[in-house]
Amino acid sequence: MPPEDFVAITGLSFAYPGGRQILDRLEMRIAPGQVVAIMGSSGHGKTTILRLIGGQLRPQRGAVRVAGQVVHELNTRELYRLRRKMGMLFQFGALFTDLSVFENVAFPMREHTALPEALIRDLVLMKLHAVGLRGAAQLMPNELSGGMARRVALARTIALDPRLIMYDEPFTGLDPISLSVIGQLIRRLNDALGASSIIVTHDVISSLKIVDYVYFVSEGKIAAQGTPQEILDSDIPFVRQFVKAEPDGPVPFHYPARDYREELLGPHAAR
Amino acid sequence: MPLADLFQAIGRRVNNGIWRLGYAARFFLTMLGRSGIAFSRFSLTVKEIYFTGVLSLIVIVVSGLFVGMVLALQGYNTLQRYGSSEALGVLVALSLVRELGPVVSGLLFASRAGSAVTAEIGLMKATEQLSAMEMMAVNPIARVVAPRFWGGVIAMPLLAALFSATGILGGYLIGVILIGVDEGAFWSQMQSMVDFREDIVNGVIKSLVFGVLVSLIAVFEGYDAVPTAEGVSNATTRTVVTSSLVILFADFILTALMFRGS
Repeated sequence: MPPEDFVAITGLSFAYPGGRQILDRLEMRIAPGQVVAIMGSSGHGKTTILRLIGGQLRPQRGAVRVAGQVVHELNTRELYRLRRKMGMLFQFGALFTDLSVFENVAFPMREHTALPEALIRDLVLMKLHAVGLRGAAQLMPNELSGGMARRVALARTIALDPRLIMYDEPFTGLDPISLSVIGQLIRRLNDALGASSIIVTHDVISSLKIVDYVYFVSEGKIAAQGTPQEILDSDIPFVRQFVKAEPDGPVPFHYPARDYREELLGPHAAR
Repeated sequence: MPLADLFQAIGRRVNNGIWRLGYAARFFLTMLGRSGIAFSRFSLTVKEIYFTGVLSLIVIVVSGLFVGMVLALQGYNTLQRYGSSEALGVLVALSLVRELGPVVSGLLFASRAGSAVTAEIGLMKATEQLSAMEMMAVNPIARVVAPRFWGGVIAMPLLAALFSATGILGGYLIGVILIGVDEGAFWSQMQSMVDFREDIVNGVIKSLVFGVLVSLIAVFEGYDAVPTAEGVSNATTRTVVTSSLVILFADFILTALMFRGS
């Protein structure tokens, strides 16, 4: 019987060697079929959460369970087997620049299956059709716009019909049309595949339109969580600052520094 | 306490150097363990032989030709003082096959192909292509690193052989065609004096060792590069500098071992 939550994060703590605490006893759950957004300021560990889910990092405490398996307890072979159930869209696509669009999408199929070439061709064209880029199959990555590259990467991400799709800042640097297209594709593909999706993003407006649930991460902890409507109605100062894009608030405008007056007029000031 | 600081700095550098050497050794062993794909899907390795070998042909052939021509000019100048200008063919061939062929082509290989491999792997890392591969359950050491390493190892002896061959041709053009050394003496002395086991095989072994060293340094520096523009640039520089020094050091050791009695 499948577990209730496809991804369950419990008491997760993580710090880079010699660095500050990135995540501190984090709790998070993602049910099958759900699209979840993780939001928060830059440098507060959102991408780290994705890397921990994918097993690219090991937590100091706590655990990430994916499909019932504790990720950091798996050996390399088991981890790679689990990763076949996952797909990850990187911020700028991370397409293989020496391969054409077609070959990029075919890459996971060629690596993990022994499908005949004709079937691979059909599958690749179907995946590219799903993201509207069947006609770009023979282009090279350097011939694509940012939005197109992101869509090709999305086609590659879903090449093996993953059960969990992770998106790292999928809306960054896109024009309004591409932004809307990517947003709709994320929702549509998730529903078509019956997968779960996790979107790490800053883009409140675009993501609230498509997600089922939102986690706000600050200082390595969950600062707020709820449905998109609950987030929009929230009176938590941190959430309000984020949703209304206010420059100052609980997330300070200034990076921590010495006292301004002392720095300008103190003993090291210019005379 | 400047002296204590100095010792501390030296200690830190030595410590870092040893740590890095150990890391490189572990990387090498991991890569050897993951090299199956480089042979089971040999087309991946063939592609890298093309990039590191075939695309280096021009620089190898042209350099080999000029080195051979210079050797002939310098060699003739010295040999004719002792009345042995007919030994020019032997001098050119032995210099190239034993020493200059493997060493110079190794240096050229490091700067042409080694730097390219480092930059390519480093940029793949910086643009998250290696991370993407890992997340697709494809091991980048097996899929990206191992074919490039073995491609370099296979290409290097072939390039060195070609370097020596074109060098001998350059020596022939200058010595025989331009200066007028007797053609029969040029070739026959070369044939009788150059020993297959002692000279040619040892030269091939040298070039193979250099191929392993340069390819390992190139893939390691690329894989270990800091994933930024500056980091990739530094890694590429380190590949060329380290490879050049390692080739010259290894050449000394190998020469001392191989040609002790001859």
